Amino acid sequence: MNQAPGIVAVALVTIATLAIGTWGLRFSRTTSDFLVASRTVGPRLNASAIGGEYLSAASFLGIAGLVLVRGTEMMWYPVGWTAGYLVLLVLVAAPLRRSGAYTLSDFAEARLGSRRVRVLCTVIVVLIGWLYLLPQFQGAGITLQSTLGAPRWAGAVLVPLIVLINVVSGGMRSITFVQAFQYWLKLTALLLPIIVLLIVWVGDGGPHPVDVASSGVSPRAWALPLAGGDAQGLYLTYSLMVATFLGTMGLPHVVVRYYTNPDGRAARRTTLVVLVLLGLFYLLPPLYGALGRVYADTLVASGRTDVLVLELPRLMVPGPLGELLTALVTAGAFAAFLSTSSGLAIAVGGVLGQDVTGRPVRGRRLSGIAAFRAGCALAVIVPCLLALLLPDVGVARAVGLAFAVAASTFCPLLVLGIWWRGLTPVGAIAGLVVGGAGSGAAVIWTLGTLPGPGWASVLLQQPAAWSVPAAFLTMWAVSLATPSKVPRDVHRTMVRLHTPEQVTLERGPRRV
Amino acid sequence: MSERTPPRVRVSGPSRRPTLRPARPRRRQIDDETRLGELYLRSLLREQLRHSALSLLALLLGIGSLPIVFYLAPGLSDVRLLGMPLPWLLLGFAVYPFLVVVGWRYVRSAERTEADFADLVETVDRP
Repeated sequence: MNQAPGIVAVALVTIATLAIGTWGLRFSRTTSDFLVASRTVGPRLNASAIGGEYLSAASFLGIAGLVLVRGTEMMWYPVGWTAGYLVLLVLVAAPLRRSGAYTLSDFAEARLGSRRVRVLCTVIVVLIGWLYLLPQFQGAGITLQSTLGAPRWAGAVLVPLIVLINVVSGGMRSITFVQAFQYWLKLTALLLPIIVLLIVWVGDGGPHPVDVASSGVSPRAWALPLAGGDAQGLYLTYSLMVATFLGTMGLPHVVVRYYTNPDGRAARRTTLVVLVLLGLFYLLPPLYGALGRVYADTLVASGRTDVLVLELPRLMVPGPLGELLTALVTAGAFAAFLSTSSGLAIAVGGVLGQDVTGRPVRGRRLSGIAAFRAGCALAVIVPCLLALLLPDVGVARAVGLAFAVAASTFCPLLVLGIWWRGLTPVGAIAGLVVGGAGSGAAVIWTLGTLPGPGWASVLLQQPAAWSVPAAFLTMWAVSLATPSKVPRDVHRTMVRLHTPEQVTLERGPRRV
Repeated sequence: MSERTPPRVRVSGPSRRPTLRPARPRRRQIDDETRLGELYLRSLLREQLRHSALSLLALLLGIGSLPIVFYLAPGLSDVRLLGMPLPWLLLGFAVYPFLVVVGWRYVRSAERTEADFADLVETVDRP
């Protein structure tokens, strides 16, 4: 195995990332630049940046491997990750931008006027962020191990280090350019190789991926889009749908991007472009899975399907061209780790900077930018240490659970907060606790044990289908029981969230 | 001596009654939280929520129905169109344009509602 092209690819992505980050630094001057790029990012650039940030290792590497092993049922992941943006678009995109807040914690405080809700939201944002960062860092370790032969810890330290340098030096303004660049890099890194591979496949007579003899599942099970095809499979499929459709709006790194839009209308248009970009990207990974069924049976037999995207070009095209294509997909995978981790570092660091590192200690407090930098360091170092200490948790599984927690906590808070005046701080806290505890218990149980055959195990494996309704009902019922706690300025808040900016209206105190 | 009689012109003096309300745009009703202003805001919210609900319904019927359909009729996964299994064609390709179309229609109607709202509340009511 020749490692030179992979090393060159990783080095080039690193240099390009740092160079674009430094170039963007020239524009970053104020705290507002660091946190939200001063709200001046147009829909197309912003949509590319959202796409770049959102397409993590789970999308770039995970899906192809899962499709190879388990077939069409795994395509619900990319479908759900895209449909989540449609739900976000129709329920929260414009109001979220118009709320005029930096983070989810800001939104909660502005809407409900309660410090306690704010603190609870901050805790949940940080926990979701860490749950999402942990598998990214571990995945980076595995990728560098399989492509470069580097030790496992190298990738898990290198990625956080580059992210930290970039984020701390340039903040949101420069990261926007980096993320936009990385979307197009990831798309190219999957598109060019798959064109070559499809030509090779047609040249081989185009053996049908379903009918080919495989050491994996039977052709029928591979084509059926339900896990196992029984009632448990039906439950798992629908629960995954609930988690991905509703969880996207509650992910910290997705939400923070909305504050960089100039206004509510732009926020909607940005989301529409994101739908196009994600749809374009997600056409590709399943094709790798299908070709893998024809050409990469050795990976199924040895259980190394996570590296399918990295190995397939070498398996199908021997010689220098295969090495070149391998270098390209390695570059894309590395970009995937970097961009998602950067987005999460900014989001979690922003929240920590406001609520933890920005607080006065013995009468002294850090300035806005210094607090943001300290917050980012904290946001990255903790999951980096966890990645080194904990055994491998699996990218797709951990990311799926992060979606379930986000759907069970922030989705009810955002949807009810935006569309229902009756929400009270007490109701919000009750709902967040019920949804967070339910899905959180499922996370701990799932990461600690292996999935079993019983219904109890199935319900805990994919908690969203019961934890999301429970959170919604609790929030609604407790709010109804405490009508005296409805914030007094709810009218102003509703005006701010829903009326177009060009109409001059009293929108209450703006938080900028 | 003129052949034509000039058309009759009605001459009236300025109204002596004081104007009841000063001229002001309707949006002030929203700032003052009057019942009329409340009505404007509620109708905006209801209209926007209706667009959202319709889009979510399209999502539910178009994509949310697929698992139950394949659960009830697993034979459908053996159907091939253009050489590809039907589930693959649906989940791998067809869903993405569908999502974009639903999103595009939503953005159009939401923007139209906002433009109508702006027209409505910027109207200046003269007594």
